[in-house]
Amino acid sequence: MAMNASDIERLIKEALPDATIEIRDLAGDGDHYAATVVSSAFTGKNRVQQHQMVYKALKGSMDADLHALALQTSAPEA
Amino acid sequence: MSENTIADRLRGEVEANDVVLFMKGTPVFPQCGFSNTVVQVLTHLGVQFKGVNVLEDDEIRQGIKDFSDWPTVPQLYVKGEFVGGCDIIREMFEAGELRPFLASKEITLETA
Repeated sequence: MAMNASDIERLIKEALPDATIEIRDLAGDGDHYAATVVSSAFTGKNRVQQHQMVYKALKGSMDADLHALALQTSAPEA
Repeated sequence: MSENTIADRLRGEVEANDVVLFMKGTPVFPQCGFSNTVVQVLTHLGVQFKGVNVLEDDEIRQGIKDFSDWPTVPQLYVKGEFVGGCDIIREMFEAGELRPFLASKEITLETA
């Protein structure tokens, strides 16, 4: 099953309202994306915790609907 | 009950081996590009690791996701600690952080 980039962005925004999100559809098949997410909520969190926050925002879509989401996260530069 | 059993099994696995990679396929024959990427990075750094093929065991395949609270495979454990999946390992490698991290965990690197 595929998922729109706009759906991914919406779900992340719901959980991390201040996030700056950039999503690229890597293969043009709605199934392989790369996302860069910058949010102040990541401050003080390690990479694993940051990615877990994004995965939680996607509410299980990582398993069911998305084959691959390459993820890069960071807190805004002070 | 069975959940405890699989968690115990996984805990035993990551505690018994310094570096464990839960992956699709084997280190010699990865069956997924993301697993392959992590194998290549570890091999490049000369890290001895144990590969656990999740495709051979459905209980581990699901269990490791719950155990790590992480939805995808591969997953790398060093000294019992979850370090990350493919993106994080690649990012650490490219940033030059992975080698010092492994050294700080007293993992021996065999430089080729």
